[in-house]
Order: sequence, then structure tokens, then C-alpha cells
Amino acid sequence: MQLTSLGLVRGIIGYFVGLVVGMAVVMISRLALGMSAWDQEAGWVGGIIFATIGFMLAVGSMTDWLKWTRGVETPFHHGPPVGKPAWTRYFSVDYNHKVIGIQYGVTGFLLLLIGGSFALVFRAELADSGISFLQPGTYNTFLSMHAWVALASILLGVGGMANYLVPLMIGAEDMAFPRLNAFAYWINVPAIITLMISMLFGWDSGWTAYPPLSLRGPVGYQMVFWAIFSIGLSSILGSLNLIVTMLTMRPKGMTLFRMPIFCWAILATSIIQLTATQLIGLAFLMLSFERTLGMPFFNPLYNALGENIGGQPLLFQHLFWFYSHPAVYVFVLPGLGIISELLPVFARKPLFGYRWIALSSLAIALVGFLVWGHHMFTSGYGEYLRVVFMISTLLVAVPTGVKFFSWLGTLWGGRLTFPTPMLFTLGAISVFLIGGLSGPILATAATDLFLHDSYFVVGHFHATIFGGFVFPFFAAIYYWYPKITGRMYNEMLGKIHFWLMTPGFWVMSLAQMTAGTMGMRRRIADYDPALGVEPVHMLITIAGFVIAFSILLMIYNLFTSAEVGALAGNNPWRSRSPEWQIPSPVPEHSYAQPIAVVGEPYDYGLAGSTYVAMAGAGDD
Amino acid sequence: MTAITTGVHAVAAHHEAHDDYAVQLRRNRLGLWLFFISEAFLFGGLLATRFYLWGDTRPELDQAIGLIVTSVLLLSSVSMRLAETAMEKGNRQLFSIFILLTAFLGLVFLGGVVIFEWGLIPALYQGHLTPWGDKYGAVVFAMTGMHALHVVSGIVFIFIVWNLARKGHFSPQRHWGVESCAIYWHYVDVVWIFFYPALYLIGNAVHLSH
Ligand code: HEM
Ligand SMILES: [Cu+2]
Repeated sequence: MQLTSLGLVRGIIGYFVGLVVGMAVVMISRLALGMSAWDQEAGWVGGIIFATIGFMLAVGSMTDWLKWTRGVETPFHHGPPVGKPAWTRYFSVDYNHKVIGIQYGVTGFLLLLIGGSFALVFRAELADSGISFLQPGTYNTFLSMHAWVALASILLGVGGMANYLVPLMIGAEDMAFPRLNAFAYWINVPAIITLMISMLFGWDSGWTAYPPLSLRGPVGYQMVFWAIFSIGLSSILGSLNLIVTMLTMRPKGMTLFRMPIFCWAILATSIIQLTATQLIGLAFLMLSFERTLGMPFFNPLYNALGENIGGQPLLFQHLFWFYSHPAVYVFVLPGLGIISELLPVFARKPLFGYRWIALSSLAIALVGFLVWGHHMFTSGYGEYLRVVFMISTLLVAVPTGVKFFSWLGTLWGGRLTFPTPMLFTLGAISVFLIGGLSGPILATAATDLFLHDSYFVVGHFHATIFGGFVFPFFAAIYYWYPKITGRMYNEMLGKIHFWLMTPGFWVMSLAQMTAGTMGMRRRIADYDPALGVEPVHMLITIAGFVIAFSILLMIYNLFTSAEVGALAGNNPWRSRSPEWQIPSPVPEHSYAQPIAVVGEPYDYGLAGSTYVAMAGAGDD
Repeated sequence: MTAITTGVHAVAAHHEAHDDYAVQLRRNRLGLWLFFISEAFLFGGLLATRFYLWGDTRPELDQAIGLIVTSVLLLSSVSMRLAETAMEKGNRQLFSIFILLTAFLGLVFLGGVVIFEWGLIPALYQGHLTPWGDKYGAVVFAMTGMHALHVVSGIVFIFIVWNLARKGHFSPQRHWGVESCAIYWHYVDVVWIFFYPALYLIGNAVHLSH
């Protein structure tokens, strides 16, 4: 087998060919306009755009569409590629949503490891005061890269869960637009390459990339802008596909309120991704154009009379947070959906208040559009806005509280069992509680004036994101692992993973908040030992390494169990969801016959209730 | 006997193909509209930028040019509608004429933007705004540029559809390609309906000293 028969390899070649071509095009155009040939801003922007297109063409994600424009039909090919080993389909364009889901999930996991190791690097620097091995500029690059790589990993992880699970859960054979699905996955890969290249040049503002700093820093910023633009495009196209899939491909009898609850979470998430993402794309595009062409959107520019005829830095913050606040719900709503999905299975009880949970996801998503200003309390915007955004932000606590009470109601009086997925679900709730409770403290303008830009904020959002995404994501991996591989993971190792990671995380985020209240600022490479935060920092670093070690155990577990794990059978968890009624691993076409829904999804423990009727269910 | 069964099968297969098309059409339409909703946030962001930076002021733009390009674009929507109707009636020749007319009007609009609004060819027309000069130039170029990008993609779309129609790919019943191209074109026009007053009409014209 030739290496270039792998789409990924062709794509990477296409990327670098495109990079060179793009730079050449820019240089030739500049010469033609009578300018000096090389300008690093313009050169890199042109290079990155062409490189991304080069990748997408070479990997084969646009082949079918290009044929359509010439009127050539492209019949669907199912199954592994002909004449190549089956594993190669994971490294090439494949239209099966299960393959794409795995591609998203594995790429997301890889990014989690990379982003996490960046954190370990700068955490080691922070363990004691004084600069030991990271100069401030490098420190800032690692810190900023940690954030965006981790955020990308979350977006891909969410994409993994949604692509794999949603069609299975609604009994559909695939997504509504399989080719678009593959495109939306693959556009992430050139984006990741671009993001990694940015490290060669550095950038130092933190993930928020506020101007004027981001307009003055090194050219690494350009790569960040365009990488995030591509990842945003993936979010938009992926969520469009998911919405159409859920609205038009449900089986007979599955009304919206009979969808598995995870689908509701994805519906709410997709609404945010479809719309808000445009704003960060636009904001980063404007930064890029301001750097490249000097278009004054954000930098003020004064004329002889002292009037500002240029831009305003605050405009960027508005555009940025209009996406980035709703985006935090993109990170957590799917995870909260996983929690609601798993609790009834392991409590053997109906999900408490199904409709309320479904609607609370929508409510969080919609109210989330009105609260972005809570990130700007100290920015100097109109003071009356503080009150407005404070009230709207505190409103979000209501639908979030609905979820907590529903989880408690589901657990209450249940016949609980505690295999690893359940442990991670409960761990998620505990961690999300820490994060959630710190939210209103920050949302109160009076307290935020003191806590803004401190380690308290760092503690807040790590707790919400770990509780809302990382823990549920791990729960989901352990839970659906038997469905994906056909084998059980090692329960013992899973439990050790949990008991290392969860207390480790409690310590880490509480210590981060403590450091913040003691006066530790975020995003700096060094601190004054007189603050008395040194022991706290040591604790955070140690906890960070414990968490990292526990994740290595998980990887070991997942790899070895795929070979030696006990055979799982169709439905090891006795779930009612349709994907557990078919063989593990799931066959190419998932469901042999269309399924029909005849009852409520979560009536666990109610005698004689059924959710799906399936021709040939339980055949084997 | 065999012949009959094959016949039945053929009919069933035909039915399925028909249903498939209808099902896929529904999904395509929903998908396209979701795409428009998404894009509305992009254009909305540009409008927000305009109001944030300009407030109740606007640059001195050539009103005649604004009026002309806007009318041309509106006319192009009419001809696009006529093209689509022709396709629905199965009149290929008329379809070709009107869809090419649409593309032509689109090109005229683009020319108006690039030559007159932007002043990209000083020999023809001396523009007085530059993207880097001040907030007026920056926003005018950003809004018209993003819109022009959509017009260009619309024109490319038109040529693809025209070519496919020429090869006989559409029928009065099945022409999603034509339909999507037409809706897209109208959408880009509607965006301009919002951009035109924001750029040309709202606020007091100011003349900045640099
Ligand atoms: C739902 C899960 C949540 C997630 C994933 C989340 C995430 C985040 C993130 C990432 C930041 C930091 C942004 C930065 O880099 O500056 C942040 C800050 C903030 N969060 Fe949350 N958050 C969540 C819930 C909440 C809740 C429920 C509230 C209030 C009721 C809240 C209020 C705030 C405030 C006011 C800030 C700004 C703090 C500052 O910068 O001074 N958050 N959150
Ligand atoms: Cu927020």
C-alpha cells in the first residue's frame, strides 16, 4: 500500500504545496503593484488560505462536489475502501457518520493531550516564584496555545459525540449531508497544522486576542486567526447538518419530546454554533485585515484635530464575547446532556422532568446570547451596562439549577450502581457544582471588579469546563466504548483513573480560586512570593500532574482493552436507547430495518414499558 | 411471470427514487435556510460594526453610484425570478437567456463597486476612500467587500447551473440546482437592501480632515 493512498498524507502534502503557492501569489501580486515582494503578514495570510484549500482538495473532501459542478453523478460507496486495509478509512475521507464521529473524537482527544501538556509545561514554571526555565514571552505562547488547543479539542470532542451518537440515537442511517459532514471534520486538520505553526513565531495575548496587543504582536497571530476561522467554519457546517438531521430524519413515533435527551442538548448547542460562531469569525477576520492592510477597526487613529477617525478596541470585545460567551455553553451543554442520559440508566429510574431538562437546554442557549457583557465589567463600557449584564447573567442560573434538581430527582431513591461511567457522571456533577457556584460570584459586578483577571476566574472556568465537558466526555467514552469496540474496558483501571482524577481536580480548582482571592493574577509567568501563594501554586501543579497521569491510565486502558477486554454483547448497561439494541460494534448500516418509537425514552423500572420497536431486535 | 415481477420491481424502485428526491429536497431546503440564518449573523455583525464606529454619521459617498448599483442588483433579482419560472415551465432557451442576464447584471453591479465605490482603477474613476485611511474607508470596504464576495460566488454558481442546464441536467420537476442558485441570489440581494441605507442614507455625511 502506498503512503499517498492515505487521504491525510495527501492532504498534508497539499497543505505545504498550497502554502508555497499562496505565498508566491502574494509576492507576485505585490511586485506587480510596485511593492517589495515579501511582507510577512500578507505572505502568511495568502499562504495559509491556499494551504487550507490545498489540504481540502488533496485529502479528497471536495472531489464529489467538484464532480457535481460538471454534472457527474457520484454514487455512494459504503464500507471500507476497496483493496485497502479497513483501518485506512479513518485516515481518509469517509462518509459514514460513525467513522467521522471516531475521527472527531480521536482528534479531539489528541488535542486534549497536546493542550494539556502545554499546561504542564507552564504549570512547572509556576510551581515556585521566580523565572526558572520559561521566559515570559515563551510562557505566554504556551499559555495562549494551551487555551486554544484545549478549546479546539472540546469543539472536536463535542463533534465526535454528536456525529457518532445523534444518528444512532434517532435510528437514522447517517447524517442528512454525509459529504458536508466529512468536509466539516477535515477542515479542522489544516486548521490544527496552522495553529501549531503559530508556535514558531509566538503570540502572547491569551486566547481572547484582545487588540491592541494582538495587532502589535508577532505574526503568529495571523495563524491563530485563520486557524480559528476554519475551526469555526467546521462548527457552522457541522451544526447545520445536525439540525437538519434531527428535524427531518427521526423515525416514526419519535416526536421531539421523545428524542433521547442528549439530542436536545445537541440541538441547543447547534443553534449557538450555527449563529454565534459567525461573530468570532468576523472579529478575527477584522483583526487579520487590520494587521495586513491597516484597516482601522480596533486601533484608534487621531487626526490633527485630535479626533479619533479610527477604530475602537472595545468593539472587538463585544464581537468576541458575543460568540465566546455562548460558546461556553457549546462546551458544556452536550456534556450536561450526557449526564442526563446516563443517570437514569445507572439509577434504573425515569429521568426526572424530561421536558424541563429539554427546555432548559434551549433556555440556557437563548439566554446565553444576552449575557456577553459580564466579561467586560472592568472594560470601561457604560456603567449602566454592568447592571443589565449582571441581571441577565444571574438569570442563567435558573435553567442551570433546573438541571441540578432534575439530576437529584433522578438519583433519589434509585437503585444505583457505580461502574466507571456512572462514577464520572457523579464526578461531573460535583465538579460542575463548584464551577457553577463560582459563576454568580463573578457575575455580580461588585465582586467581579476585584476578581476579574485573577486566578479565581481560572478556577471558575476550569471547574465548569471539566464538570461540563471533560468528566462527561470521559464518562461517555467509557460508556459507549463497548458499543464502539465490542469489548469492555478494564473496570479496575477505570476506577483508579476516577479516584485519581476527581480529588485531583477538586484540589486543583479550589486552589486556583484560593490563589485568586489571595491576589494572584492570571496570565503572568512570575509572581511575588510575598503574596503567600507559593504553596498554593505548588499544590495546583502537583494536582495537575496527578490528573495528567490518570489520563495516561485511561489511554492505556482503552488501548489494551480493545484487544483483551471481555466481549460486551449488545447491551451491557441494559439501556433502552436504540443503539444498544443492535450488535456491538455497530454494523456498517446500523439498523437493518427502520425503527419505530412506541413509548417514552426513560421509563426505566416501569413494568411493561417499551421505547423502540425494532424488527429483529435481540436476534442474536 | 419473471417479466411481471421485474415490472413490479421497476415500479417500486421508481417510486423509491421519487420519494428519495422529495425527501432530499426537503432536507436541502432546510439546510440552505439554516445557512442563511447563519450568514445573517455575519452580515449583522458588519452592520453592528458600522453603527458602533460611525454612530449617526456616514461618509460622503457618490449617491448616483449607490442608486445605480442598487437598481441594477434589484433588476437582477427580477431576471433571476424569470429564469426560474422559465425552468419550471420547461423553457430552456428562455432560462438560459434570463440566467445569463442575471449574471451580467451581477457583473455590472460588481463593476460599479470595484471601479466606482472602491476607485480601484483610477484611470476610470478617482475614488476618495482607502481601506486604511480611516474608519469610514475601513467599514465601507469591509461591508462592500464581504457582500461582493457573495456576489462573486453567486455568479460562479450561476455559470455552473447554466452549464448544467445546457447539458440537460434539470427538468421542470427536478431543478434543485436552479432553485438553490436563485434563492441564494435573492438572499444576497436582500443583504444589500440592508447595507445600502446603512452605507448611503442613514446619518449625517461628514467630511473628515486627516
Ligand atoms: C455553564 C458553564 C460555564 C462555563 C463553561 C463558563 C466558562 C467561563 C470561561 C471560559 C470564562 C473565562 C473567560 C476568560 O478567559 O476571560 C468565564 C468567565 C466568567 N463566567 Fe463563566 N462559565 C460557566 C458558567 C457561568 C455561570 C453560571 C455564571 C454566572 C451565573 C458565569 C459567570 C462568569 C463571569 C461573570 C465571568 C467573567 C469573569 C471575569 O473575567 O472577571 N459563568 N466563564
Ligand atoms: Cu460568559
